[in-house]
Amino acid sequence: MEQPYKILVVDDEPDLEPLMLQRMRRHIRSGKYTFVFAQNGIEALERLNAEDDIDMVLSDINMPRMDGLTLLEQIPKVDPNIRSVIVSAYGDMKNIRTAMNRGAFDFVTKPLDFADLQITIDRTLSHMTEWREALSSRDKLVALQNELNVASQIQQSILPTHFPSGENYEIFASMEPARNVGGDFFDVLTLEAGMVGVAIADVSDKGVPAALFMMSSRTLLKGSAIGMGEPGQVLGEVNDLLHEDNDTGMFVTILYAVYSPSSGEFSYANGGHNSPLLVHPDGSSSLLPLTGGIALGVAPEMPYQQQTVTLAPGDLAFLYTDGVTEAMNADGEEFGVERLQAVFEANRPQDPKEANEIVFEAVSEFAGETAQSDDITCLALHRKGS
Amino acid sequence: MGVTSERQDNTLIAKTEGRIDGANAREFQDALDAAIDSSERAVVLDLEDVSYISSAGLRVILLTAKSLQKQDAKFAVCSLSESIREIFEISGFDQIIAVHDSRDEAVDALNN
Repeated sequence: MEQPYKILVVDDEPDLEPLMLQRMRRHIRSGKYTFVFAQNGIEALERLNAEDDIDMVLSDINMPRMDGLTLLEQIPKVDPNIRSVIVSAYGDMKNIRTAMNRGAFDFVTKPLDFADLQITIDRTLSHMTEWREALSSRDKLVALQNELNVASQIQQSILPTHFPSGENYEIFASMEPARNVGGDFFDVLTLEAGMVGVAIADVSDKGVPAALFMMSSRTLLKGSAIGMGEPGQVLGEVNDLLHEDNDTGMFVTILYAVYSPSSGEFSYANGGHNSPLLVHPDGSSSLLPLTGGIALGVAPEMPYQQQTVTLAPGDLAFLYTDGVTEAMNADGEEFGVERLQAVFEANRPQDPKEANEIVFEAVSEFAGETAQSDDITCLALHRKGS
Repeated sequence: MGVTSERQDNTLIAKTEGRIDGANAREFQDALDAAIDSSERAVVLDLEDVSYISSAGLRVILLTAKSLQKQDAKFAVCSLSESIREIFEISGFDQIIAVHDSRDEAVDALNN
């Protein structure tokens, strides 16, 4: 068993401590959490400074001496990796918004619903764990920089090989790497409430530094996606995190979407990436509109809009990188979106794996002897039924 | 991957040609750095004869834009072909780098 997570609860209400210990006793006994308590912001900061193993803060807003919103601003100065959750009065959107703007990870409302609180705590801690893994793998990889082939190993190692599927949907993705290591990756995430997150991305450069940037991008995306629902918000957060300390000029284009298998709703946000194709069972297809976001890591605090389309039964969302559309033939022509659409028109794939295969085949046939200069990556999400 | 440069009003015009991709991005960066002096106040990159630009090429343009911003100089690109303009739009780079139809328009915009 690993060390329990340590949670600091900050509230001026003295009854909360015994109540929390009582309601969470099962998880305390099993070694999942331990709790420490403070009665106001000042006391909380003293505790945070004295104990360096606190993972998470759960804080009330209105307290004497130092309130919760002021505390929120101080926490990152002690440790930027601590995640905070705010307890607010129900419907107090003004304070909730202020708290979120000051870096709170989430909020719960009073009176406390302990079942909901526990879900929130677990979600916050899992986000934080992902985050720490991201940081530590980044450090580890920096040490590996001199090893040959490390870049392509990193790239291969982060690609999922199994994809979640359900009664009414199926996903398949694959990558054909270019000989001189490109920067594509994809990811498929299982989110809360049966939702599925899919991402496809292309890092602007090649080699080890690009692979490290890819690794950070992928893990930050995963961490943010697990923590938040909205694709636009996720890209905004990842963008800001990637932009910090990025003086290499590297960037990554990402198309990130959240799919609801029950409703077929596909919400996507685009960070400088090619538009996905929506393919219908009759082989016709259309490009989904761009959402106007810029590639990630370029500039801070950029807006990322999102759009939602509903996949009808039998529809397929096809995500790809520019390795597909910019593949060249001997005459210097690009494969292009129109040829991609023609492939679906002619073949009408029955499942996402087949969709990938026919595209790879068509691109390879088109390119002929011309060497592949960029990674080619496709991700298909199919809503079953017709 | 050569970069030629000339001067128009108080503006340095840098120009290159062909494909800018992962294979020659480094060379392009070195040539561009060499062409741009740290005393420049306004630089236009003319992309008229560029047929293709990959993300590695965009990165060089981004680095150039950032370093010019640091020396308080203005920067713009001009004369993009339709396919290059599309790459700027999809990647969102047109939101942070000024894009002009012609060299004259870019020079005018930078000097006003």
